Amino acid sequence: MVDLVKRYPKSPVNAVDGVSFEVQPGEVFGLLGPNGAGKTTTVGVLTTRVLPTSGTASVAGVDVVRDAVRARSRLAVIPQRSNLDRAISIRNNLVFHAAYHGVPAKERSRRADELLGQFGLLERANVKPDMFSGGQAQRVMVARALMHAPQVLFLDEPSTGLDPAARLFLWDRLRELRDRGVTLVLTTHDMDEAAELADRVGIMDHGKLLALDTPEALMRSVPGGTTLELTMRVDDPQVAERAVAALGALSQVERVERLGPVEASLGLGPPAPPQPTPQGAGELRVRLYVSGDAPLLVAPAATALTALGLALNDVKLGIPTLEDVFIDLTGRALR
Amino acid sequence: MSAAPDAVPSQGRVFLAVLQRDAYVTWGEFHVFLAQVILQPFFLLFVFGKVLGSLGYTRPGYSALLFPGLLALTAVITSMQTLAFPLVIEFGWTKEIEDRLLAPMSTGLVAAEKVLFAALRSLIATAVMIPIGILVLGSIPWRWSSMPLFLAIVLLGSILGAALGLVLGTLVKPNRINIVFSLVFTPLLFTGCSQYPWPSLARLRWFQVITAANPMTYVSEGMRAALNPAVPHIRPWICLLVLTVSLVILCAIGVRGFYRRAID
Repeated sequence: MVDLVKRYPKSPVNAVDGVSFEVQPGEVFGLLGPNGAGKTTTVGVLTTRVLPTSGTASVAGVDVVRDAVRARSRLAVIPQRSNLDRAISIRNNLVFHAAYHGVPAKERSRRADELLGQFGLLERANVKPDMFSGGQAQRVMVARALMHAPQVLFLDEPSTGLDPAARLFLWDRLRELRDRGVTLVLTTHDMDEAAELADRVGIMDHGKLLALDTPEALMRSVPGGTTLELTMRVDDPQVAERAVAALGALSQVERVERLGPVEASLGLGPPAPPQPTPQGAGELRVRLYVSGDAPLLVAPAATALTALGLALNDVKLGIPTLEDVFIDLTGRALR
Repeated sequence: MSAAPDAVPSQGRVFLAVLQRDAYVTWGEFHVFLAQVILQPFFLLFVFGKVLGSLGYTRPGYSALLFPGLLALTAVITSMQTLAFPLVIEFGWTKEIEDRLLAPMSTGLVAAEKVLFAALRSLIATAVMIPIGILVLGSIPWRWSSMPLFLAIVLLGSILGAALGLVLGTLVKPNRINIVFSLVFTPLLFTGCSQYPWPSLARLRWFQVITAANPMTYVSEGMRAALNPAVPHIRPWICLLVLTVSLVILCAIGVRGFYRRAID
């Protein structure tokens, strides 16, 4: 999609404001952003339910405005809330969906049985969707979406409201689909989900696409986002000072922060007031903010400390999350 | 499990599949459907045609005047109810319609299917009213020679109701459904000349003007012209003309409303 703009009537600002991106076939693409960021509108355009004010968008090579009917035959949408047909059974939800998409009668029935089996729904195939929980309804909707073998599958907040088991089940199914070459586009404000599933993530806020890359690259891009925590035994406070200075002098280290005792920082028990460490005995914990790859810094840090006669007790790597990326880009938390 | 990449099913085929779904659902609860659509006209017929007549409160011949009006009422109201109520709920609450909006079919055809199906239900309900009329009244006004006019009026009446339903169903917000329907339904029901012939309202001029604005009046009058022409009635060609014009206008508004709800 290129330069997509959507402004709703009566709204002073564009809901989607000049967004462009391209998703490769078989890719899992995550659109990440807070509520109201324009994700849903963007997906609405791609799924032919929202007309763009300007710009163009196509799905599986089909222009969604000029040839909406053809686009619909190639895509499927799994909404956040159940939109199953309540008047008919689960099985008929699948069968009629396929009928709407012109799948021949015999094939409909075969696919329905196959998918109901795959999604563990065979036993309840003849039940109407009213009886289904959110997670079950979503399973049915995924199965339904697959009935017409779409090339692109859109999922809106797929994990919202799912229990952990249902979420893992869904993620497994989605990975299988990706492996079969189905393109997945998911909107989410769930960092874990995006990091877990998406090959690339687009971060949206206020209708604009702020960043677009693989989750790893995005996380690497956070300045000082990668951290290295070192713990060592230091008996002499002066040596401790020198150790901090030596670590700060290492290349790629942007900043060194001295941390409190381990117990307090782990939040075990009430945070202890900073105790004057008994002269000549203590533990030094520091956090290094690193601009490059933190693991590569472990060896130089150890060497520098050995030179001061110190030995490392513990090393911990801190990798930033997509949450940190979001905060870095927008200056506020996602939820 | 991969379809031919360029295969888009024909619009007719998708349309039929959606129609089939509606038929399947209605068939599954046919008795509910019958009870739902027959009860109101049945009681009107029974009380006004039979009870009041038997007690001597209405003149002889009134039931023969009422019956065509009730057929008209059934034709219009059934399709209107069939379409409007579920549509408000589907768009506003259950979102069930989305699966059909995302079918490879033009959005206008989804609306057209709704209208066609509602009209079909209406035709069935109107047909069922005929034996009920015979049962309740003993005999009903009937003229085989006016069948073409009768059929044309039933058909137009059914589609008119569906078009009204489409307009209401797409304009009304789900939280307003109760208020709007009682504000629209009841007046529509009683200003549509189903219980009295329009020309006789000359004595009540202001009400005659009001009823002339209700398109259902022309269904009732057309029906009387076909089944009981001895009762003074608006001339059939006027009925047909007004109905056709109202249909065009209501369909245009309804389809526009439908597009507005379906696509942002």
